[in-house]
Amino acid sequence: MAELKKEQGPVDATPNVSEVETVDAVTEAEAVAAIDAPVSQGEPILQVRNLVKHFPLTQGILFKKQIGAVKAVDGISFDLYAGETLGIVGESGCGKSTVAKLLMTLERATAGEVFYKGQDITKLSGRALKAVRRNIQMVFQDPYTSLNPRMTVGDIIGEPFDIHPEVAPKGDRRRRVQELLDVVGLNPEYINRYPHQFSGGQRQRIGIARGLALNPEIIICDEPVSALDVSVQAQVINLMEKLQDEFNLSYVFIAHDLSIVRHISDRVGVMYLGKMAEIGTDTQIYDHPTHPYTQALLSAVPVPDPSAREGRERIILTGDVPSPANPPSGCRFRTRCWKAEERCATEEPLLAIPERFVSAATPAAHESACHFAEEKDVVHAA
Amino acid sequence: MTTIDKTAHVPAPRESVSGDGPLLDVRDLHVEFHTRDGVAKAVNGVNYTVSAGETLAVLGESGSGKSVTAQTIMGILDMPPGKITQGEILFRGQDMLKMSNEERRKIRGRKIAMIFQDALSSLNPVLTVGYQLGEMFRVHQGLSRKDAKAKSIELMDQVKIPAAAARISDYPHQFSGGMRQRIMIAMALALEPDLIIADEPTTALDVTVQAQVMDLLAELQREYNMGLILITHDLGVVADVADKIAVMYAGRIVETAPVGELYSRPAHPYTRGLLDSIPRLDQKGQELYAIKGLPPNLTRIPAGCAFSPRCPKAQDICRTEIPPLAPVTEQDGLELVGRGSACHFWKETIHG
Repeated sequence: MAELKKEQGPVDATPNVSEVETVDAVTEAEAVAAIDAPVSQGEPILQVRNLVKHFPLTQGILFKKQIGAVKAVDGISFDLYAGETLGIVGESGCGKSTVAKLLMTLERATAGEVFYKGQDITKLSGRALKAVRRNIQMVFQDPYTSLNPRMTVGDIIGEPFDIHPEVAPKGDRRRRVQELLDVVGLNPEYINRYPHQFSGGQRQRIGIARGLALNPEIIICDEPVSALDVSVQAQVINLMEKLQDEFNLSYVFIAHDLSIVRHISDRVGVMYLGKMAEIGTDTQIYDHPTHPYTQALLSAVPVPDPSAREGRERIILTGDVPSPANPPSGCRFRTRCWKAEERCATEEPLLAIPERFVSAATPAAHESACHFAEEKDVVHAA
Repeated sequence: MTTIDKTAHVPAPRESVSGDGPLLDVRDLHVEFHTRDGVAKAVNGVNYTVSAGETLAVLGESGSGKSVTAQTIMGILDMPPGKITQGEILFRGQDMLKMSNEERRKIRGRKIAMIFQDALSSLNPVLTVGYQLGEMFRVHQGLSRKDAKAKSIELMDQVKIPAAAARISDYPHQFSGGMRQRIMIAMALALEPDLIIADEPTTALDVTVQAQVMDLLAELQREYNMGLILITHDLGVVADVADKIAVMYAGRIVETAPVGELYSRPAHPYTRGLLDSIPRLDQKGQELYAIKGLPPNLTRIPAGCAFSPRCPKAQDICRTEIPPLAPVTEQDGLELVGRGSACHFWKETIHG
C-alpha cells in the first residue's frame, strides 16, 4: 500500500456528469408539470442518448485505486415511442440489465442522457425524480426472489401506494389492490396469501400487478418470462399484451428468447458488449438483418421444426464474448466476426443506416453498426 | 415387485445399430418422494428404450419427472426421501435396480455418464479442473497422477477447449459458462461410456454458445456411437438433435414419437398445446395459444388423465380413467412405428 497518489477520476475521457445538479424550486415544479403531461401515441416518450455506465474496478483495501472499469453500457442511444414495445436482445453480459437499471434510475449513469418527456432523468432529483419513478415501473426476471416472502400479496402490491400516497388514498387501497389482482387474472380473495403459496406464473402476475399499481406509462420488463415453463410463458405474454392495450403502456422488453421478443415487440434492438449493434422494426431485424452478430444470433436459435434441420445455414460463432473490462478496439464484435478486416480493428463503426442502403427503400435500410453491413436472411434460408 | 402393466407398454422400436437389443430399457418405473405434505408421485410408470447411437429426447415441464427418471437411472437419487416403488431399469439386459452398490458403481461413469445442467455448481470450486477430470482415470482405471493429467489434457482438446495444456490447472470459476459445460462433457466422455444422460445441458447458456455445445455433443456422439438421453424443455433444441421423443407430464409419458412425426402431427392434446404456444411468424399481433391452468401438484395428481383439468378436449371418461399409452396408427389402421399416445381421444387429436 505504498501508493498514495490520487487517481484522476475515471479512465475514460468522457466527462463525468453524474454529480447531482441541484434543480432549484422553480425548475423542479416545471419538471414535475412536464412529467405529468400526457404524450400522444407514436411520439417518443423516452429518448436515450449516448448512455454510458462504467463500473469501476478497484484494487487495494484502504486506499482504493481504480485500475480500470467494466464498460457495461458504453454509449447506446434509442427512442421509445408511446404505446410501443421495444425489445432488447443480446447474450448475457452484454449490458441489457444495466440499461434497465439506468432507465429506472436505480443506477446513476456515468455519462449520457435519458430524456423522459424532454426531462433528463439522469440529472433529476427530489420531487421531479419521484414523479418520474412513478411513471416508469419494472417487472423483474425471477418471480421467486423479487417478492418479499414475509409480506402478503396485498402488502406487496400495495407498497407502492405508501411511497406515492397521492395515487390511492389510504381507505381505498385494499379495493385498488383487489382490482389489480383481478386485472392480472388472480383471484382477488388471495390478497392475504403469501408468495410461497403461488406458482411461478402466478408470482410473475403479482410482480406485474405491483408494476401496474401506480398507473405507469412505461414498464421495463427484464426477462419477465424466462424463469417460467413453456405452457405458462404464453399465458404471461398474453396478459402483458392485453394490459398494454388496456392501459396504453410502453414496454421495454429485455429478453434473450428471440422468438418471444419477436412476438411481442414493435421494434427490436440487438446489443453486444455494451453497444447497440443493430436496431429496427421486428421485420427489419428478423427478416433483413444486416449486422453479422444479429445474423449469427438468429441462425443459432434452434427452430422447433425438425424438417428445417437439414439445409438450414447456421453460423456458429467461435469463442466467447470478450470481457467488458477490456473490450476489443474498433468494432467490438470483430474478434468473433467472419467478416472482420483491418478497418474493424481501428475504426469503430457507428450505429447508422449503412450508406449503401440509405437511398434505397428496402427493409435493410435500418440502423446497423457495421462497416460491412450486408443483408442476409438467416431465418428463412433453406 | 415387478408386475408389469401390459397396457402401459410402449410400442417399442427395437431397431438398434448393433442388433443386440436396446442399450437401456426402462420398464414401468415408479418413483415417489415422502414429504411432510404427503407422498409426491414424481414418476408413475415410465417406459422407454435407447439404443446405441440413438438420441432420445425427454421433453417436459418442471415437475414432470424427467430429471427424477434420469437420476434413478444413474442411481444418484436421494433415498430417502425418494423411493423406487416399482419397475426395472435394464442396461444391456441386466436390471440395475437389483445390482449391489459395488456393481452399480462399476457402471456409473464407465458405462453410463451424466451431464448436469448447472456446470458451476456441479464442479468442485476448490479443485482444479485437471484434478477433477483426472479423478475419473485415477479412480476407475488406476492411472498415476501424471498419466491421468496427460489424458485430461487430451480430453480437454477433444472438447475444443483452447490452450488445454495451459488451462488444466485452472479452477472452474476461471472458465466461462460454455467452457465449463465443455468440461462437464469432457468428464462424462472420459471413460467412453455407452450412454450419456444430458440433463438440460444448454439451458443455462446463451444461444450462440448453446449452438456450439450441442454441435460438439452431436459430433462426439457420432464418433463414439453412444446412446444419448437428452432431457430438456426446449422444443427448438429437441427438433435439432433428437431421433425420437418422449413427452412427459405429471410423471407419465403421454406421447412417444419419432421427431418429425411429433412436430407435424401430435397425437396428444398436451403436445399439441406446447407446440401451439410457441410464437410463430404468422401469428404476430395475435394472442398466443396458452394451455390454461397450471401443472398439477404431484402430491395431488388429478384422477384419471392428469392433463384433463387443462385439456380443451376432456370428456367424462378422462376424469375417471387413466388412459394407457396406446399405439398410434394411421386412419386405415396402418401401424406408425414408435408412436404412442396416452389419450383416450388420440384418434381425434391426430386425424381430425
